[in-house]
Formats: sequence, structure tokens, C-alpha cells
Amino acid sequence: MTLPGLQLASPGPLRPASEMATREAQLGWALIAIGVIVVLIITALVLTGTFRHRGEAAEQIRREGEGIRWITIGGIVLPAIVLLAAFGLTLKVLRSQQLPSRSSDVTIEIVGHRWWWELRYQGANSQQHAVTANEIHIPVGRPVRVALKSGDVIHSFWVPELGGKTDLIPGQENVIWLQADRAGVYRGQCAEFCGAQHAQMALMVVAEAPDDFARWFALQQEGAPAPTGAALRGRDAFVGGPCALCHEIRGTEAGGRQGPDLTHLAGRKTIAAGLLPNDRGKLTAWILDPQTIKPGSLMPRMRLNDQDVAAMVEYLETLQ
Amino acid sequence: MTTYPLPETARKPPVVAEAADVRPPGRWAMILVVATEAAFFAYLLFSYYYLASMAREPWPPDGPLRLHLSLPNTIVLLASSATAQWAEWSARRGNRSAVLSGLLVTLLLGIAFLVVQGLEYSEQRFGPTTDAYGSLFFTITGFHGAHVLVGLIMLAVVSTRAAMGHFQPGRHLAVSNAVLYWHFVDAVWLAVFITLYLSPRLI
Amino acid sequence: MSATVLSHPEAVERLTREWETPPGILGALGTVDHKLIGKRYLVTAFVFLVLGGLEAAAMRAQLAGPNRRLLSPELYNQIFTMHGVTMIFLYAAPVLSGFANYLWPLLIGARDMALPRLNALSYWVFLFAGLFIYASVLAGQMPDGGWFSYAPLSERVASPGLGPDFYALGLLFLGISTTAGAVNFVVTFFTLRAPGMSLNRVPILLWGSLSTAVMVIFAMPALTVACVFLYFDRRLGMHFFDAVAGGHPLLWQHLFWMFGHPWVYIVVLPAMGIVSDILPVFCRRPLVGYTYVVMATIATAILGFGVWVHHMFSTGLPSVAMSFFSAASMVIAIPSGVTVLAWVATIWFGRVVSSTAFLFMAGFVVLFVMGGVSGVMTAAVPFDWQLTDSYFVVAHLHYVLVGINVFPVIGASYFWAPKMTGRMLSERLGRWNFWVMFVGFNLGFFPMHIAGLLGMPRRIYTYPAGLGWDTVNLVTTIGAYLFAVGVLLFVINLVWSLRRGAQASPNPWDSPTLEWSVSSPPPPYNFAVIPVVRSRHPLWEDRLHPDDPARTDLSAGSPLDEGRLTLQTSALDAEPAEVLPMPGDSLWPLALALSLSGCFTGLLVGNPILTGLSATLLVVSVTGWLWPETREQLP
Repeated sequence: MTLPGLQLASPGPLRPASEMATREAQLGWALIAIGVIVVLIITALVLTGTFRHRGEAAEQIRREGEGIRWITIGGIVLPAIVLLAAFGLTLKVLRSQQLPSRSSDVTIEIVGHRWWWELRYQGANSQQHAVTANEIHIPVGRPVRVALKSGDVIHSFWVPELGGKTDLIPGQENVIWLQADRAGVYRGQCAEFCGAQHAQMALMVVAEAPDDFARWFALQQEGAPAPTGAALRGRDAFVGGPCALCHEIRGTEAGGRQGPDLTHLAGRKTIAAGLLPNDRGKLTAWILDPQTIKPGSLMPRMRLNDQDVAAMVEYLETLQ
Repeated sequence: MTTYPLPETARKPPVVAEAADVRPPGRWAMILVVATEAAFFAYLLFSYYYLASMAREPWPPDGPLRLHLSLPNTIVLLASSATAQWAEWSARRGNRSAVLSGLLVTLLLGIAFLVVQGLEYSEQRFGPTTDAYGSLFFTITGFHGAHVLVGLIMLAVVSTRAAMGHFQPGRHLAVSNAVLYWHFVDAVWLAVFITLYLSPRLI
Repeated sequence: MSATVLSHPEAVERLTREWETPPGILGALGTVDHKLIGKRYLVTAFVFLVLGGLEAAAMRAQLAGPNRRLLSPELYNQIFTMHGVTMIFLYAAPVLSGFANYLWPLLIGARDMALPRLNALSYWVFLFAGLFIYASVLAGQMPDGGWFSYAPLSERVASPGLGPDFYALGLLFLGISTTAGAVNFVVTFFTLRAPGMSLNRVPILLWGSLSTAVMVIFAMPALTVACVFLYFDRRLGMHFFDAVAGGHPLLWQHLFWMFGHPWVYIVVLPAMGIVSDILPVFCRRPLVGYTYVVMATIATAILGFGVWVHHMFSTGLPSVAMSFFSAASMVIAIPSGVTVLAWVATIWFGRVVSSTAFLFMAGFVVLFVMGGVSGVMTAAVPFDWQLTDSYFVVAHLHYVLVGINVFPVIGASYFWAPKMTGRMLSERLGRWNFWVMFVGFNLGFFPMHIAGLLGMPRRIYTYPAGLGWDTVNLVTTIGAYLFAVGVLLFVINLVWSLRRGAQASPNPWDSPTLEWSVSSPPPPYNFAVIPVVRSRHPLWEDRLHPDDPARTDLSAGSPLDEGRLTLQTSALDAEPAEVLPMPGDSLWPLALALSLSGCFTGLLVGNPILTGLSATLLVVSVTGWLWPETREQLP
């Protein structure tokens, strides 16, 4: 499946897009190089040693005594030097991952849920507050403080191009700094097994120019736009039906907290934690039958009539 | 009964040395069982200290445990180690009645310990499901109590065998093993007592 | 000299009568013969290897391409959990126990393990615990939290079924077998080595299994505590891992990895010992640096307890702690380096006689190094943040577990099957077997490194297209199936050779150790006389030390045929100390294992009556077992 308008190549750790991920990748390349050399040397020795004395009489047994120096030098001294170097590099990179010198005014609290990401934004003053899901917007080039928490089981936050993993653990708050040095969309995915739909718990980091980010953040703080026409019926169906028990749409009576906040759903690129592109058809299918699309999802299949669903989709599409 | 000629050396082990590092397999086995059980309690106590160190509420939630029963009970258990050791020494000398009385006194002291432990359980205002502290308290002391019970069963079996005249000087492995296990149960209690009852008063 | 006893049929007959397992079902159920028990271990573990392999095949079919829907997410999660539990707990350690059980007494010149009935118990408990865990398949409620089953996912709220209960109770149950086996190995090591087999003359396999046994004794209780806590949380409503009530999810991780990392070495050290013993035979020289390898084995066992936190680098620990555990994890590479160079030097300074067993050992050395260097990469904390829980780790752990366990095990089967069965395995099929397995393995598992470096997390039942993961996964699936074909070739070879294979002579490989001094297969009593050992290579002495008059004596000792007897020696120097009466066959171990099964079943279904009755039966069995049968047996 490809997401329209998105260029997603392999989101690997070796294509870093942040300072932190770059240093991790450099460390990785150094270790990979060491590893390849070690494997090649040992393989060459095993092969050469195997064929070196072929054909000599097998009855004879060689005496002990040879080769001890191989162990002391090749097995102790050389590995010790290489490992010391590797550990030095490790410490250097570890040290450099400390607090950044400057940071963005915005902080994000990410709460892991089975199987989606709740995002709580906090601006410089306490009024600036917004809640969204699965799609993290950050200003490019600025480190953003991110607090990681869990609402149920352990999850792990991993956007490979921006840095390594940090777990979201119930009863504990882990703080990381998220930064992208290039504008773009970075795919991430839960990396700690968290149950049935662990595989479908993706997220996206959208790194955009600071002005664009500010506009986005301002919009997120507002309540949902008031519907008109067909969307009006959709809102009533949503608010009066089962959806509102789990979902919040700020500015309406829908105030559930079990599922993602939908106040600005239409502005997101995907639904169901990165599983489907956010278009009318997919949204309709998802509302009608989430259990076929994402079996085990905590969103149940509801008894809804087709007209109500169509109206709801009409309404949800207006939530820019 | 040998009908074929064999050199005399072939009939016996070549040398029989009185080496210091020779223990019957059963003794080795008991030492290893005690080692792995000790590790089990070490991990239990690690869990206690770990959760204590991570606690965000006061620890223990209701303040330190009272000592009015546990301290005398500790002394009872320590005394039972002494009587058990006395039984073992008597077994080495072959004094059957002293072995028996040593084991029986140990048995009684062990039972007394369990009774007092039961009294203390009934006094606690928290239960195993109240919070993690309660879970730890009852799990740790419960497992210790279960080990006391196993030790008591061992002592009872060994007492029966002592009464039947199974043991002689140099042939009393079962007595020695039961006594070793009993010492272990005591030592574990000391660690449990220090952890659960004393450490919250020290920090 | 050897004629003195062996030419006297009466002595041989008496020994056979004393040690032979009686025919019939009761004989089979009551036997304590370490050779039978060892073979049962091997066969049972191999059956579990095949089951785990079938589970892997199902997963690889699902992951062969993006968005495949062969398995539902629930089923996939159960299957990968069962795959891990099966391979790690029911195959990797038991298969090595099988070799150790079969070989130890033969390697050290004894007639059985020191505690033969305990040996029978460990096998029965292993079998029943394995069946207990697999009963979850019949119940349709397999564990589904992964082989390390992190809380709170495994707690009742997130996993209301019986799966985690099967897991917790099954591992507790199995732990009894592992611990009993470990006790037996340590006791045997320190009591039954043939006279003269001082510590510096012990085959490396013994050092490997001994280190493993000591690790089990101190590491296994951590898993026991973790599983007890999990069961109490789930079934009694306690709060050990419940952050809301003062518990902590990371308590599980600490306890699990305090056990889990030592366990990694537990399933590799005996296999490394096997390599250290087999490789020299085909290099026609003693192992280079025996003492270094022994020290490295012991050092690994000790250091193995100090690295558990490297499984938790992403949990938000203080960086001081991470630096410490990173350093410890790198230091533990040094003993491995010592051992690798000892093997390489043995090949280099020997003259290689190729055989299937040699191919497996040499292939193993390469795979070991690959698993080692990828392990060092995961020890480097910042890079590990990228690697942990990705497919890179899946690749690493398979290079470690398949490379260091399965390859030596198959190689060891080619080496020792003649001793165990009296038949040689086909060498021609053996070479096919090796190359198909070796190519299949690397084709299957090397791309997993790349998948991890492309950002693919582990334990996902499916993945979207367009992320660059399709090709590596397809290649992995093809390689995995090729590897399976290799394992199948081994089975075919085994079955064919058992019927048609060439008869094995007592020492077909011209090996130096004691097991090759007796017939293939060995007689029930192993050694007609307990040998007196004078060097590390008893059967190579004439060629290895022609000038040294000391010669191992395989015939002048005592036949000890007046009862079921063996010789106890002192713990360190193996000076003869006692003639030890050995317990005979008994049904008590089976009774004990059955009552344990009752206990655990009662705990699983929540039936206190069943649990209580079984516990009573358990006490009766133990007492009956330990109660002396005759006055002579009084210890």
C-alpha cells in the first residue's frame, strides 16, 4: 500500500535526518566495518587452515604447544584494543546525546495506547493546548521536548531516521528530544510488542518550516468548525451515537477519551495509526468494519445504518 | 564366590584415599539445593528493594512493621538452629536419644514459629492484594513459611528414622542434611527480618 | 591386561545383570540408565526443534510478502511466542542436557550420573512440562506475549485468557527439571571422575556443562520469582507489576533478564565445549590452549550475570548505568575471542581431516564470530537504541542460537551417533546436509540484519509494501525453507543409517577420550573396570607422549561387580575415595513427575482440590524415594 502524496522509502537507521540519528549511524557504520573485517579475517584463517596440510598422514597426532600466542595476541590483546575503541566511541556518542542547547517552546506528551499514539501538545503558555493522534508535527531544526508515557502496556517510540527507540512504560515518564534537520515526513512504528495489533501501530513525524508549524499548532488548538448541510446530520449521528463514547471532538458534546481525538481528523494524512490513507472511501470502510481491517482493534464493529455513516463521513471530512 | 582368577588389585579400588574434599553425593545435592533456594530468596528480596526504591508513595505505606511478635519469633527460630545443631552433633557421636530429643525440640520450636507468624498475619491491616507492598510482604513471608513447613516435614521424617535406629556414627547423612536445610531456613529468616522489619526503620 | 576382566564372562555377566534395564514397560518407565535418559532427552528435544521449526515456517510464509493474511494477528502472535518458548526452553537447553547426560559418565569413566534417579526425574519433568506448555495448543490458548512475555501486557487486563498462565506455570514446571539436572551435573563432576582425572584432564564439554549447571543454580530462581509474581498478579490479584498500586513493569524485565542473559550462555557454553572437544579430533592435534579455553568458559559464566541490563537500554535508564552495562557487555566478548582463536589456531596448527562433523564445527566457528560481532554492536548503547527490538536483533539471536547451538548439535550427532547407535551416519548425505543447512541459514538469516537496518521492527505479523522490506523478507523466507530442507536431510540420514548404516567400531574417528575405549554402543555398565586416567588424551598417549611413561590404564582397576557399584573420587584431584553403591531403577521419579503435573494442572485450572491431592502425593513420592529400601543402603 502506498500513501498518496507521501514518499516513503525505507525508514532505516542508516538514513539519518537528525544530529542524534547521524551520530548513531556513524557509530553503527564504524561497528559494522569492524565486524566485517573480523568476520573476513576469521573466515580466511579457517579456510586456509583447513586446506593447509591436506594429505598429510592422519594417524599422526601433533604435539601441543604451538599457537598459544594466537590466543594471547589474537584472542585477548587485539580484541581488547578494538573493544576499548568501540567503547570509547560508544561513550562519546552517549555523552553527546545529552540535553540540547536550544529548544522549541512547544513540548509534546506522547501516550501510547493499544494501538495508536495520543499526542498532547503544550505551548509556551498554559492556554496553548492541543490534542491529536498519530501524526506528530514539529518545527524543522528545533529540538522538541517529548515526554513518553503509556496508557496501558509497554510501547516503544521509534522513528529510525530521527533516532533510536525509547520505551513508553506505565508508571514512568521517559523524556527524549525529537529533532529533524530536514523538512519531510518520517515514518515511525511501535517497537515493543504490545499485543494483537502491534504491527499496525505506526506514526508519522511531519517536520515543517517553523511558520507552517505555528499555523498548524494554532489550528489544532481550536475546536471543531461548525458543520452545515449534510455534515450537520453527520455531527448529530456522531454525537448521539456510540462514537462519542470513545472519541472527543472538541467543540461538540462528543467527549470520549478511549480513542483518538478527532477534532481535526480531516487534516491528518492517515487513519487507524498509519494503516490507511485518510480519504472518504477508506474512512467509510473503517467506520463500517474496523475488525476486518485491523482485527483485534479496540474499536468495535458497530450497528450503524449506511445513511448515518455517509453523513458522519461527510461531517468528519469537514474537520480540517 | 569369585570363580575366576583375577589379580587382587583388580578386586578393589587401587587406592582408598582419605581426601578432605570427599562428600557423599547426597550431601553435595543438599548443598546445591540450599544454594539455589538462597538465590530464590535473594531475588525475592531484590524485588522488595527494587520496588521500595521506585516507590512514589511512602514505603511501607503504613509505616514500619511492629516488632512485638516478630522479634521474639526471630529468637525462637534462632534457638531452633542451636537445638538442630545439637541433634547433628549427637548423631555424630551416635547418641540416639539425644538426636531424637534435639530433633523434637527443633520441631516444636519450628511449629511455634509458624503459629506466631499466623498470629502476626491476622494482625496486619493490609492483605496481599492491598498494594504491591502487601503482595511483597505476604509472598516473601509466605514462601519462607512454606520452607519452614518443608523443613518441619524433613525433621519429622528424620525423627521417625532416628527412632527406628537408622543412624550410626558416620551414617547419618539424612540428619545432617535436614539440619543443614534448617540452618538455611533460619538464615533466610534473618535476611527477611532485616529486610521487612528493620530496613524501613534504618532508612 | 585388558583380558583379565573381559575374558571372564562371569564378571561381565554379573555387571550386565546389575546395570541392564529390564525389558518391558515397567523397565522402560523405571530405568535410571543415563544412556537411555540421554537418548530420550535428545529425541524429545529434537521433536520440539521440529515443532518450533514448523511454527517458524508458518511465520515465514506469512512474512514472505507484504500485507499477507495467511495468519490472523492473534494466531501469528501465539505462534511466534510458541516458537521462541519451544526453541529456547524446550529445545536448546534440553538437547545439550541430552548430550551431557549420555556422554558425561562415558567421558569421565563412570557407570552413571551421581544421582541416577534425579536424572530420571529431570527427564520426566522436562517431558511433562513440554506437554503442559503444548496443551495450550489443544486448549486454543497459546501464550502470546513473546518468549520474554513483558508485563503488563501479560497481566490479566491485557491478556485475559489462559495463555500467560500456561507460560508462567509451564516455565516454573520446566525449571524444576533444569534445576534438578544442574544439581546432578555438579554433583557428578565433583564425585565420579575416574581416578586420575584431575581438573586439568577433564574434556571441555564437562567444563561447558558444569559452568552451565552452576549458572542454572543461581539464575533459574530469577525466572521462578518472575513467573510466581506473574501468576500471583494474574490469579490472586496481587500488584507486583501494577504501576497503579506500587508495583513496576520493569521489575519483570530485571528479573527476567537476570535469568535470561545467563540463559543465553547456558544454551551455548556446552555447545562450545562440544566444538572444543570435536574439532581437535579432525585437526589431528590437541586443542590449542586448553587452560585458556577452560578459563574463558568459567569467565563467561561469571560475567554472564553482569550484563542483563543490555536488554533494557531503551527503557530510560540513567546513562551511568548504561555505560557500565555496555562496558560489561563488551568485556564478555574477550573470553569468546580467546575461545575463537583457540579453535582457529587448532585448525591452523593441525592437519585437517575433513568430515561432516568437521564441516559443522568449522561452519560453526564462522557463524559464532558473526553472532559475536553483531552482539558487540548491540552492546554499543546509542546504536542499540536503533537495533533493539528490530529484525537486526532477530538476526543476531538466530546467529547465536542456531549458529552456536544447532550447528554443533547436528555436527555432534554425526560425531557421536556411532557411539550411541552402533551405526555410522552417511558421510555423503552428511555433506549435503551441511551445505544445504549452511547456505540456507545464511540466506535466511543474514538478510534479517538488513531488514533491521531498514527499520523493520520484530514481532510484526505483517508489514506494508513500499518500505523496502519486501525483497529481504522474501529472501529470508526462501532461505528459511532451504534451512528446513537441510534439517530434513539430517532426519533422513539418521533414519536411513539406523537401518543401513555401516557398523561402527569402538573408535571410528580415532578420538582421544574415554567414551571411545568402549564398544559402540557401550555396554549397560559403561566400563568393565573403572579406568585410571593419566593424561588429557587417554587414547592418544602412545603418539602424543611417546617418551612419557605415564599411561592411562583401562583394565587394571576393579570390576566392582558385587552389586551396582561405581567409584567415588575426591572432588579436585580425583583420588579414589569410596566404592559407591548406586540406586537402581525406580518408579518414584515418574510418580513425583506425575504428581507435579497434577499440581501445575490444578494451579492452571484453579482447582485447589487437585492441587492439594497432588501435593500430598508429591510428599509421599519424595519420602518413598528417599526412604532406604534395605539396611545396607542406609547412607
